[in-house]
Amino acid sequence: MKSAVIVFPGSNCDRDVAIALKKFKFENQMVWHNDLTLPKTDLVVLPGGFSYGDYLRCGCIASKSKIMSDVIQHSKRGGLVLGICNGFQVLIETGLLPGILLRNKKLKFLAKNVFLKILNLNNKFTSSYKKKKIITLPIAHNEGNYFANDNILKNLEDKNLIPFKYCDKNGNIKKEFNPNGSSNNIAGILNSEKNILGMMPHPERLIDPLLSGEDGSILFESLIGI
Amino acid sequence: MKMTPELINKHGIKPEEYNTIKKLLKREPNLLELGIFSAMWNEHCSYKSSKKYLKTLPTKNKKVIQGPGENAGIIDIGDNDALVFKIESHNHPSFIEPFQGAATGVGGILRDVFTMGARPIATLNSIHFGSHNNPKTKNLLNGVVSGIGSYGNCMGVPNVGGEVKFNDCYNENILVNAMAVGLVKKNKIFFSKAQGLNQPVIYVGSKTGRDGIHGASMASAEFDENSEEKKPTVQVGDPFTEKLLLEACLELMEDDSIISIQDMGAAGLTSSSVEMAAKGNLGIEINLDQVPCREDKMEPYEMMLSESQERMLLILKSGKEEKANKIFDKWNLDFSIIGKTTNTKKLILNFKNEEVANIPLTALSSDVPIYDRKWVKTASTKKVKKMENTKYLRLSEALKKILVSPNNSEKSWVWEQYDHTVMGDTIQKPGGDAAVVRVHQQKKGVAMTIDSSAHYCFADPTTGGKQVVCESWRNLISVGANPIAITNCLNFGNPEKEKIMGQFVESIDGISQACQYLDFPVVSGNVSFYNETHNKGIMPTPTIGGVGLIEDLNNMMTKSFKEINNYIYVVGKTSGHVYQSEFYRVVMNIKNGPPPDVNLFNEKNNGLAIKELILKKLLTSVHDISSGGIMVALAEMCISGKIGANIQMPKSNINMHEYLFGEDQSRYLIEVNKKNKKEVSDFLEKNSIFYELLGKTQNDSLKIEKEFEIKLSELTQLNTFWFKNYFKEN
Repeated sequence: MKSAVIVFPGSNCDRDVAIALKKFKFENQMVWHNDLTLPKTDLVVLPGGFSYGDYLRCGCIASKSKIMSDVIQHSKRGGLVLGICNGFQVLIETGLLPGILLRNKKLKFLAKNVFLKILNLNNKFTSSYKKKKIITLPIAHNEGNYFANDNILKNLEDKNLIPFKYCDKNGNIKKEFNPNGSSNNIAGILNSEKNILGMMPHPERLIDPLLSGEDGSILFESLIGI
Repeated sequence: MKMTPELINKHGIKPEEYNTIKKLLKREPNLLELGIFSAMWNEHCSYKSSKKYLKTLPTKNKKVIQGPGENAGIIDIGDNDALVFKIESHNHPSFIEPFQGAATGVGGILRDVFTMGARPIATLNSIHFGSHNNPKTKNLLNGVVSGIGSYGNCMGVPNVGGEVKFNDCYNENILVNAMAVGLVKKNKIFFSKAQGLNQPVIYVGSKTGRDGIHGASMASAEFDENSEEKKPTVQVGDPFTEKLLLEACLELMEDDSIISIQDMGAAGLTSSSVEMAAKGNLGIEINLDQVPCREDKMEPYEMMLSESQERMLLILKSGKEEKANKIFDKWNLDFSIIGKTTNTKKLILNFKNEEVANIPLTALSSDVPIYDRKWVKTASTKKVKKMENTKYLRLSEALKKILVSPNNSEKSWVWEQYDHTVMGDTIQKPGGDAAVVRVHQQKKGVAMTIDSSAHYCFADPTTGGKQVVCESWRNLISVGANPIAITNCLNFGNPEKEKIMGQFVESIDGISQACQYLDFPVVSGNVSFYNETHNKGIMPTPTIGGVGLIEDLNNMMTKSFKEINNYIYVVGKTSGHVYQSEFYRVVMNIKNGPPPDVNLFNEKNNGLAIKELILKKLLTSVHDISSGGIMVALAEMCISGKIGANIQMPKSNINMHEYLFGEDQSRYLIEVNKKNKKEVSDFLEKNSIFYELLGKTQNDSLKIEKEFEIKLSELTQLNTFWFKNYFKEN
């Protein structure tokens, strides 16, 4: 399976996700934001970081990068797109995913491990989580507070487009286990066709027992089809 | 412009120093030249009060590749890998403008590391604030923590450890010490020494603005009621540009285009150009018309003294300009050829077709006045009478008081604002004895710790200096690392005062003795004097950043208790020294008395034994005993492991409070599985190491037989209470 990681000025999880992809045998290429076309690829990853320094609005300037028109084309053709953290913010800014990401409720950057409940197994990104439905992943963001109007939220819930919600270790989804104040404890969402996933937690940071867990590995296993 | 005594004084130059300048130039300087002298001759850049003593520190061992004198120190960690690291203070600016001051402190230290060709792999920091009751503290703490976070998070370098302390003495002078560690291939290290004639001098990075002018001079003077007015001397950071600069520099460093490179830190363009040329024994000529400026009509004086951030000066091999320009263009950074190396041994500046400065480089480097300042020995503090009523003081109450005190509280409020897992190699996160970061895609790991013990140093600078080096060493041992070298940040008051200078001289002596004995040399560092306001200085606060290597991460150790029914031992002799302890300070409100003695022989012997036991896989957890003594160390092991402990006091003629809360040095708590009990005790006995059995691990609670039992949930709640309450969070 082929993958392409887009590198924006200020991306800083590009290397991490590339290493994760290689570990799971993706043929990966790094793609510079100024390129006009994507190489032949099955999966496009928009990595975490601070593209353009988060200036103006997180992900906003990156969403207007030259490469993004081809990323949008790729997604319209049904190609897979994964946006992690800042990548999620870019997806929101391009309009590929609905809603917005506000500043965290406590107005502080927050880096910690959180519990997540997997609520949709019927897509290319999370299917392998059937073996483990309550997982731990790190978050590290300042603007991860997902917000959307009631119609959008209802649509996401009704169509089961929310694969990750913040919860406690037993899988209870309650306000007090929500680190950033997001609507409905949302940690990640899919588009209606389920070929685009945006998520705040970082699966690429937990792919190794030495890093205190491998719950992130399962996402890459799903994608490669293990 | 006429040189008046006021003007000279405003530049922080003493009348006798001005006379020396005139002699060196054989004429009066012009204003620009005076500014340049002021930038190079101030304490911060010249180390004129400290140099004599810094020279006495041990700086070499088999692993040291580069000691002090470069942008950062470098040690060999095998397989053609080397670590580049340094600590630096940003105290003065952070007090005036906490967010930007702290942020640019991180930016500066990261540049020091990647200037040498290394990719930064971790940052740490030691921050000291005034009393939590001081009305300024909350804002300063908030500002500093968000500033550190904003810069490091954006750079994508994990912030893996540090310390946060509070004391009245920092009310008007906070300390912000930032450390960075980078990884480089041994054959790809870059240095700052210029070489070759007529080689192009290149300016890259951000444009020069009017920020930070005279920042280094500010850091070389005391504060007074007008310190607020110094706000314009604080630089404003742009971590995004620095991230681009990092990537661009590392890309250019992949081949051999660069002859030498130096970041523009304190005293900006002045110090970088002077240092590069002086080290190479060359001259340098700069055309200031070519300096990229952020604002219109900037004068040479402003360009030379600006401390705008995210800038570098390079000397390229001639002919490589176009290739280099392309890389910086790709990363959208300014690239300008601003001058060349010459054989004049002078700094010559031209502006609008006129020579505006002409200074022999020696006048700015080797001829900088060095002071042999007068100092007095620190008077030893008297032991007050020991408290006899402690038997009426419940142990559990004392423990609780310490656990909820700001200095001993768990600090996740701080480090959760720092991205500590980016780069995917953070194996031991903040909160342990030392942080551990894996060497990318290898089985070895780098252990790092940052420590200070101002109370000990204040009571006895020599012992305190020794102790803080030992604590750093012990923290590295506790995670299973082989300690290699340190970087130090020496924070003191006004060195023109004999008492302060005495604290400095004696602390250095203590640091030096311990470094020598433990083969733990100083490879880089920074001195911050003049941490004084209204004539009142801080306690002497040498901060030590220690670095070690874990050859195989499978042998890494942590402080968390791992399983129930294991034995708990204290290794090292407990004599119950409670003066200068957290127990005396927090619970008994006693501040006098000497710090605990440091016996370097025991320190080394005990430490090497622990290291060996870890390597033999005979221990399941290890924690060094430091502030709060055995009692607090036990509580911390319970809290982080979510496992309790049942302690039977060993038979001892030491008062129980003193036994449990004493801060005797060179001690560790270890957890041992039953099956290894004999082998561990045999090993310790064979090596003549004192140890005592304390008890066993158990479920759910920390219990001292016949005294008290506290649930783990309560311990955790107590330990995390203070920060949440201070910032009124749920």
